[in-house]
Amino acid sequence: MTISPARPHAVRRRPSSSVAAPVAGSLRSSLWRVAEILATPLVPSDYLDLFNPLREGADLRGRILAVTPETPDAATITIQPGRGWRGHIPGQYIRVGVDIDGVRHWRAYSVTSPPHTPDGTIEITVKAIPDGKVSNHLVRRTEPGTLVMLDQATGDFTIPAAPPARTLFITAGSGITPVIGMLRSRTDLPDVAHVHCAPTAADVICAEELRGFGDQGRTAYLQRHDDEHGMLDLADLDTLVPDWRDRQTWVCGPTGLLDAAEAFWAAHGIADRLTVERFRPTVIEPGEGGRITFLSTDRSVSSDGGTPILDAGEDAGVLMPSGCRMGICMGCVVTMRQGAVRDLRTGEVTTAEPGDDLPIQTCINAVAGECDLEL
Amino acid sequence: MTLAPERTLTEPTTSTTTTSTTTTSTEATGTDVAKPNVNSRLRPESDPTREFKPKRSGKPNPMAHLTPEQVEEIGRELDALRQEVMDSRGERDAAYIRKVIKTQRYLEMGSRATLLFSGVKVKGVKPFWWIGTAGLSIAKILENMEIGHNVMHGQWDWMRDPKIHSQAWEWDNVSPASQWKHSHNELHHTFTNVLGRDNDLGYGIIRVDEDQRWTLFCLGQPIWHVANAAMFEYSIAAYDLELGGYLAKRKRMTEEEKAEFRAQASEVLGKIKQQATKDYLVHPVLAAPFGGTKSTLTANIVANLARNIWTNTVIICGHFPEGIETFEKTSIEGETRGEWYLRQMLGSGNISGSKFMHIMTGNLSHQIEHHLYPDMPSNRYAEISPRIRDLMERYELKYVTGSLPKQVFSVYKKVVQLSLPNKVEGRRRRDTVKLAAARALRKKSLGGRPR
Repeated sequence: MTISPARPHAVRRRPSSSVAAPVAGSLRSSLWRVAEILATPLVPSDYLDLFNPLREGADLRGRILAVTPETPDAATITIQPGRGWRGHIPGQYIRVGVDIDGVRHWRAYSVTSPPHTPDGTIEITVKAIPDGKVSNHLVRRTEPGTLVMLDQATGDFTIPAAPPARTLFITAGSGITPVIGMLRSRTDLPDVAHVHCAPTAADVICAEELRGFGDQGRTAYLQRHDDEHGMLDLADLDTLVPDWRDRQTWVCGPTGLLDAAEAFWAAHGIADRLTVERFRPTVIEPGEGGRITFLSTDRSVSSDGGTPILDAGEDAGVLMPSGCRMGICMGCVVTMRQGAVRDLRTGEVTTAEPGDDLPIQTCINAVAGECDLEL
Repeated sequence: MTLAPERTLTEPTTSTTTTSTTTTSTEATGTDVAKPNVNSRLRPESDPTREFKPKRSGKPNPMAHLTPEQVEEIGRELDALRQEVMDSRGERDAAYIRKVIKTQRYLEMGSRATLLFSGVKVKGVKPFWWIGTAGLSIAKILENMEIGHNVMHGQWDWMRDPKIHSQAWEWDNVSPASQWKHSHNELHHTFTNVLGRDNDLGYGIIRVDEDQRWTLFCLGQPIWHVANAAMFEYSIAAYDLELGGYLAKRKRMTEEEKAEFRAQASEVLGKIKQQATKDYLVHPVLAAPFGGTKSTLTANIVANLARNIWTNTVIICGHFPEGIETFEKTSIEGETRGEWYLRQMLGSGNISGSKFMHIMTGNLSHQIEHHLYPDMPSNRYAEISPRIRDLMERYELKYVTGSLPKQVFSVYKKVVQLSLPNKVEGRRRRDTVKLAAARALRKKSLGGRPR
């Protein structure tokens, strides 16, 4: 049973393309086979990781090299990724797995560094949000040298290889991060307008650099502060960027801005010119009882907040794995793809966002809002 | 993983209609009509209508002096203690298990490397054999006990590290993780010391409680016991596989049940093959260039044997020594949370000793604490044990503990004593044996194993 997004346990190296390749290849794979026998019941990686956790073939990890403050509550984290890092396209994000108080938490952050740096490092810029467990930890309490888990870069919030004739970026708060990655590397964009909003002037991440792009003439840069100008009203675009309708537009910021932008562009019949970045497609608000969806068997059932998921599933005719029915044997554990559940013994709520894939005990957890299970 | 015995015996899992009255099971699940399915062991409220069910021997109820309110209070106190510890899990616990895992892996690699030179003689002795074998034995013990057993209990699942997780862990033992988790985590930990339900009480081959039936087979149990200890990992595999039950019942089994057994048996064979290939073939062959083939082979045999005997020695001290209670089969119907806790405390015994000893037992030396909270990180058992002891003493419950030699002696004594039938007034034990032998001769059977 896999618990997290499937990552290969042991990746064999491809044989080199020399003449001796077939021989070397088969020798290498025989040696690997012997290594597997020696490592059983573990895998060779478990031993190799002791010596070099960033080696080729290891699960993708990164070592934090530096934490550089940007604003009072934002910092840029420089990471040396493992040898398996396949690179990124500006605008894409990575998921970072950080151990905080012994517990691994995964969060997505845009890569802000250009695709090819001389030392092969990557950067993410993190803004500490109120009550944000991971962001506060990264900004304020991370020591250089810490190992973190990484996923390969992903996301469609990117600019095509052939640059659009005219571009508009609208960013707010930490929504600047994917765009700063684009601006740093895409020097080929001929005509860029950029509207960036932040609560106050002090909150602007990379403020100098953004102004610099403007001063160099690379962007027509407008910076708006909520305390000075009020919240951005998209209707003002007609005065801020009069030709906004003709521009390919990328928007990144809080959900409210994204929703407004989608509605606004759709209302003008030019939805195809808009790309938005949504980090949190669904916000999970724990509730009392709710809908349980069993993904593999394509079944769904409503349950109250006092019934264990195990019982709700069995009553719906789902063949549930089970055991002690009191929370001690782990025989009933299934993977929650997303949703929220509440421990009936303690009241503790566990939430999973898409990609988290958390294993949960169904015999002592009840649905809290909704949950999707791999079953 | 199997379907729960408690609901599926009477209720087909494919039924799609739910009427709360159809969910009656072999165990009454309490009086809460609104939630008939919730296990009574999750319920803190005590049930004053429950009555003590005596065992055949008529031994008194060890909880008789407690009122229902006190039982409830014990349940709440233990729940609160659990919550307190679980809430405080953090960085230092994660660092602990990672350190143990790292130490074990380096120790194993170092011992294996040392054993390459195990054939080298210095002044008539083979120093590398002795060092390597000792190191490998310790590595195997750590791997099975402080790491394997505890990870598979889910003690470290909270870290959300997929590499140190009950659902992903496989151990260096011929019993596959999935089968072991079923028989150990689910059956033994739920039905601890319940006669006829907890097969760990003597593993079906040794009579460790006078309320277990005596048969002629028991006469040989001092021998069975030593043999069981020497080949413990294999007997555990056979036990988790329920090999004995299969051999006895196979004629009555459906094709489906037989197929499931065969699939599980082939899983066990696969693990036996894997371990044998590694320990008894590849490592000895690797030592060949240094003339250490034979000595590496013996080192691996000795390390596995040492691990078997050590784990068996520790485990028999958990539930078999004098002073530990057993329970009648039906006594647990409708058992509440407090009563479950009480059974775990009274049905387990600790081993006192040094910190090193505790780690080498996988902290099963804190068997009482482990049975109360099987999913609590093992490094916390020592911390809570004074509080558990205090609680038990406050409620006049016997906290069974003793040094390893004392507890082991107690078990061996029992194994010998219980190889004979119980003393019954008006009948000599030798007559009971003779009668059983005569009956067996007529039936040409040994009358089966103790249950």
